[in-house]
Amino acid sequence: MEKKDENISAMSTVAVGEAGRTGDWRDLKPVINHSKCIPTVKNKAACYLCWLYCPEGVIKTGIPVEIDMDYCKGCGICAEECPAKAISMVPEGDNDE
Amino acid sequence: MSKTIIMTGNTAAATAARLCRVQVIAAYPITPQTSVTETLSQYVESGELPAQYVRVESEHSAMTVCISASTVGARAFTSTSSHGLLYMHEQLHWAAGSRLPIVMCCVNRGVGAPWSIFNDQQDSIAQRDTGWIQLYCRNNQEIIDTVIQAYRIAEEVYAPVMVCYDGFVLSHTMMPVAVPQADMVDSYLSPYRPHTILSPDNVRNINPVMFAVLRKNSAGVLCDGYMEMRYKLQEALEKAREVIVEAGRKYSELTGRDYREMLWSYQDKDAEIILTGMGSIASEATVAVDMLREAGIKAGVVGIRVYRPFPRAEVQKALGKAKAIIVLEKDISYGYEGALCSDIKAALYGTAINAPLHNIVAGLGGRDVKASEICEAVKKSLAEMKGQESRFKTHWLNCRQ
Amino acid sequence: MPENLFKVKKEEYMLPGNRACQGCGLSLAYRYATKALHQKTILTIPASCLTVLHGLYPTTSVMIPCLNCTFASTAASAAGLVAGLAATGQTDTTVVAFAGDGGTYDIGIQALSGAAERGTDFIFACYDNEGYMNTGTQRSSATPLGALTTTTPILTKVQHKKDMLKIMEAHHLPYIATTSPAYPIDLYDKFVKAKRIVGTRYLQIQAPCPPGWGYPPRDTVKIARLAIETGIFVLFEIEDGKFHFTSRSKTIAQRGRRLPVVNYLEKQERFQKMSMDQIESLQKMVDSKWQEYQKKAEG
Repeated sequence: MEKKDENISAMSTVAVGEAGRTGDWRDLKPVINHSKCIPTVKNKAACYLCWLYCPEGVIKTGIPVEIDMDYCKGCGICAEECPAKAISMVPEGDNDE
Repeated sequence: MSKTIIMTGNTAAATAARLCRVQVIAAYPITPQTSVTETLSQYVESGELPAQYVRVESEHSAMTVCISASTVGARAFTSTSSHGLLYMHEQLHWAAGSRLPIVMCCVNRGVGAPWSIFNDQQDSIAQRDTGWIQLYCRNNQEIIDTVIQAYRIAEEVYAPVMVCYDGFVLSHTMMPVAVPQADMVDSYLSPYRPHTILSPDNVRNINPVMFAVLRKNSAGVLCDGYMEMRYKLQEALEKAREVIVEAGRKYSELTGRDYREMLWSYQDKDAEIILTGMGSIASEATVAVDMLREAGIKAGVVGIRVYRPFPRAEVQKALGKAKAIIVLEKDISYGYEGALCSDIKAALYGTAINAPLHNIVAGLGGRDVKASEICEAVKKSLAEMKGQESRFKTHWLNCRQ
Repeated sequence: MPENLFKVKKEEYMLPGNRACQGCGLSLAYRYATKALHQKTILTIPASCLTVLHGLYPTTSVMIPCLNCTFASTAASAAGLVAGLAATGQTDTTVVAFAGDGGTYDIGIQALSGAAERGTDFIFACYDNEGYMNTGTQRSSATPLGALTTTTPILTKVQHKKDMLKIMEAHHLPYIATTSPAYPIDLYDKFVKAKRIVGTRYLQIQAPCPPGWGYPPRDTVKIARLAIETGIFVLFEIEDGKFHFTSRSKTIAQRGRRLPVVNYLEKQERFQKMSMDQIESLQKMVDSKWQEYQKKAEG
């Protein structure tokens, strides 16, 4: 017989955004200067220390590097750890692109 | 079908666990329960019982091991007494809240301070509100039979069951016990199926933080709040009455021993004075009833086998014709009266029954309770009950005051 | 670095939008621990910051099945899972307990010692954020000397941190390791290794906590790195009793140069009331620990 939950005790199922859109927590947002970002500059998969050190796992290791702003909490670790100083933390609402 | 063997209450409990083919045992030594777990160790190490035996470092861990093992689908067993049970307190709530059909024997013993290794029922009574079903035994035959029924009840209701019996009085006393055949027990118990999934193939987070309010899941379905979970447990224990009765009826059919009611009785048909209680003190009361009848007092006994869920309707019926009620018990709710006494009074509230009722607190910390002493106490109460102001009273039997 | 980095699974098993604080050291560490553990693992966790990270009913942010347990019971809960899985023939599953320092050093130590002594086949990971952070930064036995907490608010903590690793070492375990979110690959490797070993495996992660330690969230990795550079926290493994330095601590041991502890202390508000005597005492403690480790490493 197939197992099923009787739903008589508390159990949770998996979903992204358990705490909602945690991007709303930010007051500073990371902005990547792709002219300095190593994967873009070298045009190959390289560095990605921002991905490595992101406590949220919201950075994608592509060319260019992308950050999921829906869930980035804006801690700024990526900016601190970027060896090329390609990421700056900018107040939310500032026009930065 | 069955074989009668002379054994102690603790051997009866261990034998029952073996017959139920428990898969995980976790236990910690405490007097007077210890020989249950020693006997089970013999079964497991000799290969007679293929179970995982976890020799834990505390009772808190014993109950924890049962909780986790039961969650992943293993039939789990433990037993304890007194401070061991109190040390489990947090985990008793957790087991019931997780709706796990763990069966535990509580070999009733007094609670410190000061230390007492001897019998009373303060330990299990103190765990009354943890969400466990509580069954009380009056002899060793009932211990083996009740443990077997307990798994059937627990696994149908998804609530843990505590099988309580008096330390030393039963645990260390040899009595003839009809041991059921293994195949009878196998036919009586279906294999245990866990009610939730804890498997790498299907991710769940079991027993997370829960809010007071109802919250939606990711599919937009409005799920229960904390209070709904509590209600479900209450509902389960209320429903357990039917399950207990049905489990008893089926067991009675198979064995010819009568477990059809949540109460048992002795000489109650024409009784005007009803003595009631749980476990061996109720058993002793039957001897007192014989003495009272010799003295011309029409007394009878109504024994409480199931304490939680409380057999409210059955108690109302059984005490309906009583002209006086005596509640004997080995516990005290400090600052009030015996816990069973309060429960019986509450069951009678709003009914036509308005018999005088005395509570006799007896045998704390193993103080001997003789049938003759019960007999004399009942006579004294009956005399007092004639006075309007002494219709309800608590006496401490055989206690210097 | 990239070659090393790409051996780590790209898939995330700790999902975004979870309830961990900005810049949480545990969150960063857990991201790699879950990458290493995700296959055929059941977790059990006590009340802690991790309970919050796993999420509120009815949703969870972690893609590994998890059984929540009471604060004191973590290792016993794991032992019950191991016994239950064995009894029901589900023997290919790794049981992992993950507790904070309160749940390990303090209230959880009895169950942990019991499970370890019995040789229970499981991983116990302690994420050490050096205090009761989930309840708002109270002192634990893992809080270091001189730290301000809400229960040592004026005089600071007057005792040194308990040496939990030594206690676990006394249980003769097949595998003990320390690891840090400043070195995610090292952390990942140690969990992968621990998963393959049979018996009780103990891992201790230093988990910097921005609100509890008093530093900006962006500095979590820097703080964790400084802990290693100063020798406040040392990366090592003890395999079947054999000690060896790993990762950055190995390099430091070879070069023989550590930064003074004050470099680490000055970055955190919790140490702002530390006296010169306390700093000296901590430096001495760190020096003598380091010497002890070096002796062990030499065999």
